[in-house]
Amino acid sequence: MTEIKDRIGASSRPEEPSGPPALGLVGWLRWTWRQLTSMKTALVLLFLLALGAVPGSLVPQTAIDPIKVSDFLTAHPKLGPLYDKLGLFDVYKSAWFSAIYLLLFISLIGCVVPRLSVYFRAVRARPPKPPRNLNRLPGYERFEVEADSDVLEVAKRELRRRRFRVQTYDGAVSAERGYLREAGNLLFHFSLILALIGFAWGSLFGYRGTVLVVVGNGFSNTLAQYDDFTPGRAFGGDDDLPPFSLTVKDFQVKFQQDGPQKGAAREFKAQLEYQETPDSPQKSYVLQVNHPLELDGSSLFLLGHGYAPRVTVRDGQGNVAFSGPAPFLPQDNNFSSFGVIKAPDARPETLGFEGFFLPTAVIGQDGPVSVFPDDLNPQLVMTGYYGRPQPETGKPESVYQLDKSKLTQFEQNGDKWRFQLAPGQSATLPDKAGSITFDGYSRWVKLQVSHTPGTHLALAGILLAILGLMGSLFVHPRRTWVRVRDEDGRTVVEVAGLDRGPERGLGDEIHAITKSLKPAGPSNQEQP
Amino acid sequence: MSGETYAHVSNLLIPTATVIYALAMVSHAMEWAIGRASVVKTAVVKEGVLVASDGQPVSDVPAVEEPESGERMDAASRIGLLLTWLGFLLHLGGVVTRGLAAQRVPWGNMYEFSITASLAVAIVYLIFVQRYKLQYLGLGVTFVIAAVLGLASLALYTPAGPLVPALHSYWLVIHVSAAAISGGAFTVGGLLSVLYLIKARAERKVLAGGTMSASLGRLPSAESMDGTAYKVLAFAFPLWTFGVLVAGPIWAEHAWGRYWGWDPKEVWSLVTWVVYAAYLHARATAGWRGRRAATIAIVGWFVFIFNFVGVNLLVSGMHSYAGV
Ligand code: HEM
Repeated sequence: MTEIKDRIGASSRPEEPSGPPALGLVGWLRWTWRQLTSMKTALVLLFLLALGAVPGSLVPQTAIDPIKVSDFLTAHPKLGPLYDKLGLFDVYKSAWFSAIYLLLFISLIGCVVPRLSVYFRAVRARPPKPPRNLNRLPGYERFEVEADSDVLEVAKRELRRRRFRVQTYDGAVSAERGYLREAGNLLFHFSLILALIGFAWGSLFGYRGTVLVVVGNGFSNTLAQYDDFTPGRAFGGDDDLPPFSLTVKDFQVKFQQDGPQKGAAREFKAQLEYQETPDSPQKSYVLQVNHPLELDGSSLFLLGHGYAPRVTVRDGQGNVAFSGPAPFLPQDNNFSSFGVIKAPDARPETLGFEGFFLPTAVIGQDGPVSVFPDDLNPQLVMTGYYGRPQPETGKPESVYQLDKSKLTQFEQNGDKWRFQLAPGQSATLPDKAGSITFDGYSRWVKLQVSHTPGTHLALAGILLAILGLMGSLFVHPRRTWVRVRDEDGRTVVEVAGLDRGPERGLGDEIHAITKSLKPAGPSNQEQP
Repeated sequence: MSGETYAHVSNLLIPTATVIYALAMVSHAMEWAIGRASVVKTAVVKEGVLVASDGQPVSDVPAVEEPESGERMDAASRIGLLLTWLGFLLHLGGVVTRGLAAQRVPWGNMYEFSITASLAVAIVYLIFVQRYKLQYLGLGVTFVIAAVLGLASLALYTPAGPLVPALHSYWLVIHVSAAAISGGAFTVGGLLSVLYLIKARAERKVLAGGTMSASLGRLPSAESMDGTAYKVLAFAFPLWTFGVLVAGPIWAEHAWGRYWGWDPKEVWSLVTWVVYAAYLHARATAGWRGRRAATIAIVGWFVFIFNFVGVNLLVSGMHSYAGV
């Protein structure tokens, strides 16, 4: 059984380097390198990679959901900072995760490059002489022939027909096939390197940004216009962004009206007008989920949608302090959407509002709720705040949250003040502080622009890797020997096979070959 | 037929198939129960050197004390396989009518993915059962399928309906069918590895002078089961590579605008991939072949199952299904 280990190439280098050398820097380096490129190290590193990837799926990740990360930090004041130190909030960019895959990468290169030359030598090698005791091999049969038989010639033909490489020795024929297995294996590992380079390329030079655009409004592709932008490490800023601009003309969405999945979105599409550069002609495109728009190497995706109520706020002095659409963020499948309206310029006191837009409002047990995602009965249900005018700080502020630390909630008859409006209706604020009018509502769409170079390389790498894998896994390398021997005056033909792949088992191939070699007629058959 | 009729037919076929699979399981359980009672005395296991003319190790033909128990076991096994075929046909009908009812591929939610994935297990088993003589896996396979189908009908049922737009794409078809078929093969490979470990232990006991029950004696040699597990997993690995590292990212790019986002489901698919790569490495490394490799194959199977069940239920991510 030991011979199964004797795979192409494996014999040229000890599988396990023996203990550390006694002295010498070079010796040490060589020993370390051997350790790193040994198969066992690869095995351990693969396990470490698998284990290391797990926490990223259990602990919230900054790159995926930064809000969850900050929630986690608030909820676990002791554990949070520790996790942060360990890089658990950004596992796939952490030093230790990178270390694992870099080591694996080096090990991979160090492992397959030397095997390449071993392989080229092996490919040119002739099938070796038969071992002395063929009957020790896993597949073995024998039979008797006449002394002047041409059985070796027949064997040569038969083995060639079975696509073996054949070599004649004195009184024996050696044959081997399945050289492509190792080629497949090498192709697989080299293609993995290719794929990893493609993947690394994309995460270095790529970028991804999202922006929320209210229908009717436009967007031009500069960093300042994005709500959220994730550049790769080597991204060069605005100069790397293609200079397109677009306007969202219209947005349509259809929801399932009845049946058990009532309310599930069936299709949504955004009508765009766009220019690839400031000087190019205006074009139009219907943007749909699954149908991105390709723009000079970047792709534009439709990620989501929602409602933006249009309101006008008048202050205590009768001046318009805010007017326009305010995007609200959907909180559930029925698009109950939460949002805020800020009027910092209102006088004598600044005003702010917070609450829900309900596209299909009904009065539930706990007050108004939305029961359908489409706009069948839109209502605005909000409360208001007032406060001293604050000096401009220039500090960026979320447009989806109201900083209530310096604001006081309006009250009416000793209760918190609340209002519910249908489109076109107005509410007067308590204490003659002003009024708010629900003019109507628009929809907004969330767009994503992304650029991932190197994907073609990664794809080609993986496809080649699969091709190599098929060769490596399905090609069955094996050797066959046919030998004619004189045994006490009788001429005995021995047929034996050795399986050199990890499948174990030659099936009935040896039997089939033997059968084809036996001369016709049952007279001289001998059972093994 | 209208969509509702199809849905109705599907809702009849799936529970019926579950019952038939359960009966098949009972039949296979009897096969094992009969075998447990009788004991193999002769220790015929030799280290792979001794081989019969057909290349099969001699250990494949152990002497059973009571010959008639062998016949009864064969009969139970045949009935089990026959019932499995019947269950499979009903199951296939149930999945197809479900697709016709919803007018799309039947894997838009967890209920549908369960009935489709368990169908994949049945397919892989029935494809390989003759070729690799896998009848002895009947108990494990029917148990897994009946359990998944029962759970799907009782706990995960969702009425048929169209897909949410993000799930529309033929890449989804490719991605999920590759994942389901390789999942079926992971399951068969996992079961084989479990039996390998059991049989290898029994063989060691016999070598040390002990005995082995007839139901274990009837199994192929541990070594040959190890080889079969390898073949099944070698079939699964390239398919999983394609489904998860090619079709999956292409679909994700279409649907969400990124190829790879370290979403929990993606992470666990990659972990599954890495574990099976480790399995293949282990088989090629002296000292890791056999028991350790089989253990890795079982770990890989659990990781796959966790990805399918655990991640959907415990961890939130973009792969969560409409209505679970
Ligand atoms: C990204 C990491 C790696 C992956 C995913 C991977 C995957 C695989 C797979 C799937 C096989 C099975 C092919 C077969 O059975 O013929 C294989 C074989 C092999 N790998 Fe890797 N590998 C990786 C890294 C390495 C490294 C670092 C080494 C070097 C120590 C290595 C050395 C080998 C060898 C020698 C074989 C051949 C085994 C045989 O002859 O069957 N691999 N690898």
